[in-house]
Amino acid sequence: MKKNANENLKNKYLLIGLSVFCVLLIGLSFVNSDIVAPVKQITGYLVTPVQKGINSFGSWLSGLTDNFEDAQTLREENESLKEQVATLTEENSLLVQEHEELERLRELYDLDEQYSSYEKVGANIIAKESGNWFDIFTIDKGSDDGIEVDMNVIADGGLVGIVTEVGANWATVRAIIDDESNVSAMVSTTSDQCIIAGDLTLIDEGSLELSRLTDTENAVHVGDKVVTSYISEKYLPGILIGYISELNNDSNNLTKSGYVTPVVDFRHLQEVLVILELKDYTPSTSSESEASTEEEVQTESLETESESEAGPDSEAQ
Amino acid sequence: MKRKLVIALLIAICVLMQACICPMIAIGEIKPNLLIILTVSFGLMRGRREGMLIGFFCGLLTDLFFESTIGFNALIYLWVGYFGGYFYRIFYDDDIKTPLLLISVCDLAYGIVQYLFRFLLRGRLQFFFYLGRIILPEVVYTLILTIICYHVFYRINRMLDLSGS
Repeated sequence: MKKNANENLKNKYLLIGLSVFCVLLIGLSFVNSDIVAPVKQITGYLVTPVQKGINSFGSWLSGLTDNFEDAQTLREENESLKEQVATLTEENSLLVQEHEELERLRELYDLDEQYSSYEKVGANIIAKESGNWFDIFTIDKGSDDGIEVDMNVIADGGLVGIVTEVGANWATVRAIIDDESNVSAMVSTTSDQCIIAGDLTLIDEGSLELSRLTDTENAVHVGDKVVTSYISEKYLPGILIGYISELNNDSNNLTKSGYVTPVVDFRHLQEVLVILELKDYTPSTSSESEASTEEEVQTESLETESESEAGPDSEAQ
Repeated sequence: MKRKLVIALLIAICVLMQACICPMIAIGEIKPNLLIILTVSFGLMRGRREGMLIGFFCGLLTDLFFESTIGFNALIYLWVGYFGGYFYRIFYDDDIKTPLLLISVCDLAYGIVQYLFRFLLRGRLQFFFYLGRIILPEVVYTLILTIICYHVFYRINRMLDLSGS
């Protein structure tokens, strides 16, 4: 009986001790995340190959089940695909013509081609955040392939997210649909600034929240393209985010808010491209991703409110 | 020693499966929570001490992989393990009803704590949306997975007991 009570007491001490340790860790990572970084590097280095293995096994399994598909449906699909090929080749030749025309016009106007000229690296998604609350995933390329924190990640021609942490052969990416993500954006037709934020309550619609859109001339419409803004601190300008699906006046009658449908299919995302170029004036001091995204929003909201578009480079921290 | 190795391996496998396999079997964007099952099961079968330690390491590993604040998940799973261990030798561990009940309570608490600290503090007030869309579906899916996993964990534990004594 006495031994039992002793055991109980020991357990309680252990519980309290470990709890205090956890709280200390939380505090420490809020204050200075560099201290825990080496541990993260080592665990990431060890685990990434295993995750890759599991992942390829999983895709092999899902490939197996695909083999059982009915031959009849495959034949039908083949037929319809052939038709599609015919129409697409026709369309393609048209597009090639138009593309050449575009090229000529671009040269004429001396416009830079934007994100087709960035150097990119392809990567596979190998793991996702373990809970259901956040949209963070791990990719199988890291600093060995030239990836750095704050690099932009794209897929399907649209913005996927931003690199938040990097190891030798892995990197974690925060998707723009993550609840803590905020992207400074603009409407491509009018260059009006706005904020695109992820929201977990929109999980079923798969859309993003648009807010603080200053549109004094009422020129922005549903269906307009939203791209990353040139005043953003971390995102390269002109990357497509999505299309406006709903737009309402805010109660202050100065700004508008609504929803944006992203071009990227986040549910079936497997491969992504990381743009190996950082935004020019980004200072390399920000290592705490959450804190810095919040900072970004604050600075940007100030900028949008004062509508100062002239010198954002010097203002952004 | 062998016990410790096997359990360490089990924790590693479960954390990896949670990150790699669970997204593949997610229904409606909701993944089951394998780590809660592991922590509560071993707490119930082995007592507070092991429940606590297994929970702590499960949480710590998830934190190291994905979170920028280390220790939050570790703290939650630590207490989950302690709670699970509280029922050690009060209930029979070969009956699946007890772990089902305990795991649903723990997963519900886990969801609510996540909401409170990481969503409510950022001003997301629609608690009932998150309860209905995220927390409860996760509990249900986790319970379904428990029916399969608990037997596996129970067998492993029995094997360890036999080879240990």
